[in-house]
Amino acid sequence: MDERVARVFRAEHGRAVAVLTRVLGDIDHAEDAVQEAFVEALRRWPETGQPPSPAGWIITTARNRAIDRLRRESTRGDREAAAHALLSAEPDEPEELGPVRDDRLRMLFTCCHPALAAPARVALTLRLLGGLTTAEIAGAFLVPEPTMAQRLVRAKAKIKKARIPYRVPHDVDLPARLTGVLAVVYLVFTEGHTATSGDALGRADLCAEAVRLGRLLVELMPDEPEAVGLLALMLLTQSRAPARTAPDGSAVLLADQDRTRWDAALVAEGRSLVRACLRRDRPGPYQVQAAIQAVHSDAASAEDTDWAQVLALYDHLLRLSPTPVVALNRAVAVAEVHGAAAALAEVDRIDLDAFGPGHTLRGELLRRLGREEEARAAFGSAAERTANAVERARLWGLI
Amino acid sequence: MSNTTTTPQPDTTQHYLLSIFQPEGPTPTEEQLAPVMAELGKLNDELRAAGAWVFGQGLEAPETATVLRADGDGVLVTDGPFVELKEYLGGFSVIRAADLDEALGWGGRLARVLGLPVEVRPFAAG
Repeated sequence: MDERVARVFRAEHGRAVAVLTRVLGDIDHAEDAVQEAFVEALRRWPETGQPPSPAGWIITTARNRAIDRLRRESTRGDREAAAHALLSAEPDEPEELGPVRDDRLRMLFTCCHPALAAPARVALTLRLLGGLTTAEIAGAFLVPEPTMAQRLVRAKAKIKKARIPYRVPHDVDLPARLTGVLAVVYLVFTEGHTATSGDALGRADLCAEAVRLGRLLVELMPDEPEAVGLLALMLLTQSRAPARTAPDGSAVLLADQDRTRWDAALVAEGRSLVRACLRRDRPGPYQVQAAIQAVHSDAASAEDTDWAQVLALYDHLLRLSPTPVVALNRAVAVAEVHGAAAALAEVDRIDLDAFGPGHTLRGELLRRLGREEEARAAFGSAAERTANAVERARLWGLI
Repeated sequence: MSNTTTTPQPDTTQHYLLSIFQPEGPTPTEEQLAPVMAELGKLNDELRAAGAWVFGQGLEAPETATVLRADGDGVLVTDGPFVELKEYLGGFSVIRAADLDEALGWGGRLARVLGLPVEVRPFAAG
């Protein structure tokens, strides 16, 4: 694809499909129309040059293509009526900018509707708002392309047949539904961040895509502190990307990272977002997690970490989301503030079960306490529970 | 008249089947059932008042079912449900709603009143 058209495609695909879905009342028709508009752009822009408003051009062209198609295919009265409705609309390039914001938000809530399976929500969001191709999404999630294509087709069919509405939920439903949207974006991010296997490059793209979606969320819902918190959390995590992989491809733990290699611009942006959202005094799990990461980012070295602050934030987070993972991360802070014995007591209260990282922490705490035999057993339990070959090798090394 | 800045709202509503799934086991006693049925009655009245009610009724136990199969020129009659399941269709409602969110709203209330899982499924376009 022409470089310029490709750039516009990535930047404007979501906007265009969202507008056209509203206009046409059908996602498939909207995707087809936008696709045709981009094909037209590929043909014409090299000669005419890029129009002043590429997004407006794409949307107007897509709408015209949709009208053509409706005319061509109108064998039934209602299609004729729909075509007339489209025809009678004034060309509205400036007008697009108003409702566009809402259209993308509508699309986001539709893609992340709880009636859709979680993998379908993720795929739809990346496809329709992110403009990723089916092949790209399949590659990123290590799923065969036909499987991903079928997942998308089924999800779109359900939206249509079950009439999943194309709108921002009512106020009563908004908090719960927003949580679902944030979860999808964070899932995309963590999938990219904690690669268990596969093409590292494709995974990094998922992180970038999640950050892009996070920025979109903040742009669309600036008054939702959790949306801001999620973006901050992703930026602060992402800032450490240059330092978190050793030359041999293995992961470098936070304590061992060369902090001078952290991306200073992302750290600064993440920190200022944390401050901005916490000022609203409506804390939620993403904001608190971001605040914890901000404390780590504030420390010039691992030894300088304000662990008391980290522990206080984990106490708060555990109240907001009392999960084993949070309890375990809190135990790490307990070890730093109150020592390994206190932390071990905390860990032993958590139901570790199949959760590998819990056994790893247990092993580390036992080793610090000089209980070497038990430590080795714990690392063994951890090794049995990880699917990641690099991590398993590291654990065997500890034994 | 037409204004493309609003979603073209279909003027017909969608019908949804709300299936109530009941676990196999002893039938609840009258005393247990009475308050549930009273709540259900209230919900059905609300559905009617909202113009969403089409039909709704509980079903007798699966053992009361009879299965029919076309068999040559005749019909083969057998006792019992079509499939034996741990959970069976205990009853159903048909409602009319503008979209899935509206249907899920009603279905969610039905699930809370009955304390049983409810499946919401759209009818195919006629």
